[in-house]
Amino acid sequence: MKTITTRQELEALRNSLLQQRDPNKPCVRVCVGTGCRARGGLDVLESFKDEIKKQGLEVRVDIRQTGCHGFCERGPVVVIGPKEIFYQTVKPRDVTEIVSKTLLNGEVVDRLLYVDPATDQKILCEHEVPFYKRQTRRILANNGRIDPANILDYISVGGYQALAKAITTMSCEEIIDTVEKSGIRGLGGGGFPTGRKWRLCREAHGDIKFVIGNGDEGDPGAFSDRSLMEGNPHSILEGMIIGAYAIGANQGYLYVRAEYPLALKHLQIAIDQAREYGFLGNSIFSSGFGFDIKINRGGGAFVCGESSALVASIEGRMGEPRAKYIHTVERGLWNKPTNLNNVKTWASVPLIINNGAEWYAKIGTKKSKGTAIFSLVGKVNNTGLVEVSMGTPLKRIIYDIGGGILGGRKFKAVQTGGPSGGCVPEELLDLPVDFERLTEVGSMMGSGGMIVMDQDTCMVDVARYFLDFLQYESCGKCVPCREGIKRMLEIITDITAGRGKEEDLELLQELAEMVKDFSLCALGKTAPNAVLSTLRYFRDEYEAHVRDKKCPGGICKDLIQYFILEDKCTGCGACLKLCPQKAIQGETKKLHTIDLAKCIRCGICRDACPFEAVMVR
Amino acid sequence: MINFNIDGVEVRAEEGSTILEAARFYGLNIPTLCYHDELTPYGACRLCMVEVDDGRRTRLVASCLYPVKEGIKVRTQTERVIKGRKLILELLLARCPNSKTLQDLASRMRLEQIRFNMENEDCILCGLCVRMCAEQMGGGAIGFVGRGQNREVVTPFRMVSEICRNCGACMYICPIVDLQCRGVKSPGELCNSCLIMTPQCLEKYGQVMCTLKSCGVCVGKEEK
Repeated sequence: MKTITTRQELEALRNSLLQQRDPNKPCVRVCVGTGCRARGGLDVLESFKDEIKKQGLEVRVDIRQTGCHGFCERGPVVVIGPKEIFYQTVKPRDVTEIVSKTLLNGEVVDRLLYVDPATDQKILCEHEVPFYKRQTRRILANNGRIDPANILDYISVGGYQALAKAITTMSCEEIIDTVEKSGIRGLGGGGFPTGRKWRLCREAHGDIKFVIGNGDEGDPGAFSDRSLMEGNPHSILEGMIIGAYAIGANQGYLYVRAEYPLALKHLQIAIDQAREYGFLGNSIFSSGFGFDIKINRGGGAFVCGESSALVASIEGRMGEPRAKYIHTVERGLWNKPTNLNNVKTWASVPLIINNGAEWYAKIGTKKSKGTAIFSLVGKVNNTGLVEVSMGTPLKRIIYDIGGGILGGRKFKAVQTGGPSGGCVPEELLDLPVDFERLTEVGSMMGSGGMIVMDQDTCMVDVARYFLDFLQYESCGKCVPCREGIKRMLEIITDITAGRGKEEDLELLQELAEMVKDFSLCALGKTAPNAVLSTLRYFRDEYEAHVRDKKCPGGICKDLIQYFILEDKCTGCGACLKLCPQKAIQGETKKLHTIDLAKCIRCGICRDACPFEAVMVR
Repeated sequence: MINFNIDGVEVRAEEGSTILEAARFYGLNIPTLCYHDELTPYGACRLCMVEVDDGRRTRLVASCLYPVKEGIKVRTQTERVIKGRKLILELLLARCPNSKTLQDLASRMRLEQIRFNMENEDCILCGLCVRMCAEQMGGGAIGFVGRGQNREVVTPFRMVSEICRNCGACMYICPIVDLQCRGVKSPGELCNSCLIMTPQCLEKYGQVMCTLKSCGVCVGKEEK
């Protein structure tokens, strides 16, 4: 392939691609993102290939593997174009039927359609599913449409147009102005204005500058960066090239955790293809501007998502943060000015250049513009990736998009921002989600994790879980984070084990505030959020643990007892058979009882009982 | 020269110097554990935190790292700062209850209690030895391994280092391991002897030797 040297050549290539591709030709798009892959997406893809070959349809039908559609709950997801028929939880055995009915005869396979639980109606198209309908998909717009391993797919949807526009028609100042006016802020969670960061880096002294893409997503339950890197790697590259051009950097790094093999593979393919087409290299669009990107694989330390630790890691040193009183934009990688942005931020740049700053700033709140991506997980009906405009109320995300709480249970809290975020209670469900409002209520935007918790959750135990994670992931450099988190965990573990004392709550609060104020980096500064927010909104639960030695959520094993309801037990013996401790006695068709001395409170009996006769108190 | 304000006093310091350097030059006492004049500042012990108002907002910074800036207002002894320092010291004392350096700081900062479970470690992971070896002795024989709770200072692969010349600089600079407080009888106790003794101990016992490992003169007398 000839390298592309002018904007006209790119336009010509795109036009020829669009002409070659018949928009009315049936196209099977199978999601093979990590979520669908885990549920057998690759087998479905293979089955489609086999079946289409068997039926001799290779010429008449396109098959495309795509990145994550976001609706992982319903994977593997298959979309049949041009009608965009949306099939969910497709198994390899369904493939023959889909091919013969939908592809050959244009009929719909009813049983594979999504059923809206609210109306019980079957929904035909992807964009009509409530989960998608209420989202504002910008960054993720092409995820699920294009083959991430094929640059031509990206070019055909308008890829690299922004790069061509920026390099051939805009000055560096104009690009930075546009980004600044758009109001975009760091989508990695920091929320620092991206345009200002770029300007500071451009103005910093030094000939050699670097740009870095941060794809080190370490939060449990968050997967938006991963899906983007897997599903649309070229958008990240395009943003980085534009940024590098504006800032004056000639070398870029992508820092991606090694636990994301598919993302690494797709990014490497994308980089190779971009080099082949001349989007990376010595003189991009004959401008004389040269830029290349190298991938660095992270070892999986949570702290390496922090910018200065990430820089240390790329340099080959221990992944430890340093104080950033002198900013990375002035002295970063190898002490050179370095501009680091999250991959989602980079992927937003082409959109801003193509559509203009006003378009980007049109949605969002006063201080937070554009969209935010959340990984909606936990006790909601629809888990998956959700992209909404900034300022969307939590209620809308959880109930309208997420489809409400699993099993019709009662909502208790939602934790945003990963392990360092806080828990937001029910009374704040109308909160519009943006950087400022989340911080105000003691949580944060963070990596966009959103964990929904129902009535059967113990908030003290939740705080304990996140402290445990952070204690393990703290680098251990500074005292407040290393010793403080350890002691908070000790205290909270005592509380969940029924050894809590009244004065513990005060000490916990004191420690949490000190760790927040005195820690070296953002990991330590945000680590106490889970404790502080639960102490603020769910203090009664802490008090119940400490004073009454009771766990209202029924989770803390040392504080609960299992018992069997007399009127509900039918004596079926389901619990008796499964109890690992042989702690349940009772004859068939007679009331069963639990021997509390033997019971280890594993909860297997409760899950096993078909009559909901096993209770916790 | 940079003009700024520290604890209400207008002062001047050279560009590029830190708040801590300036404060010490003017005789202000900011406690430190991981700082040494001749080594690269590290910012890990967080005892030297001060409040800085740069006109836009007030925030806590590590004075050993924060470069002085024109017009900033530094406050080294606010309630927030003192409270945090005390709690950090309390955490460290729970880790190393017998350290003389920590016990002395506790006396000076009037720490009243240790509310955590006691451990018996010898190292506070201040990293002075690591930097001493690498920067001053040209060695680099020791370094940190592990993360979080598992962090420790060791030689590579925990084997006898070929680079180590047994110069002892690491032990010389260590604020913790060499000096054991003799006043502490059971972990968790705060000695406070030195505070009581100075200057009374000079009158009573004829010497102030508590900085020395072998002193404990007051303790000895009481036991008799």
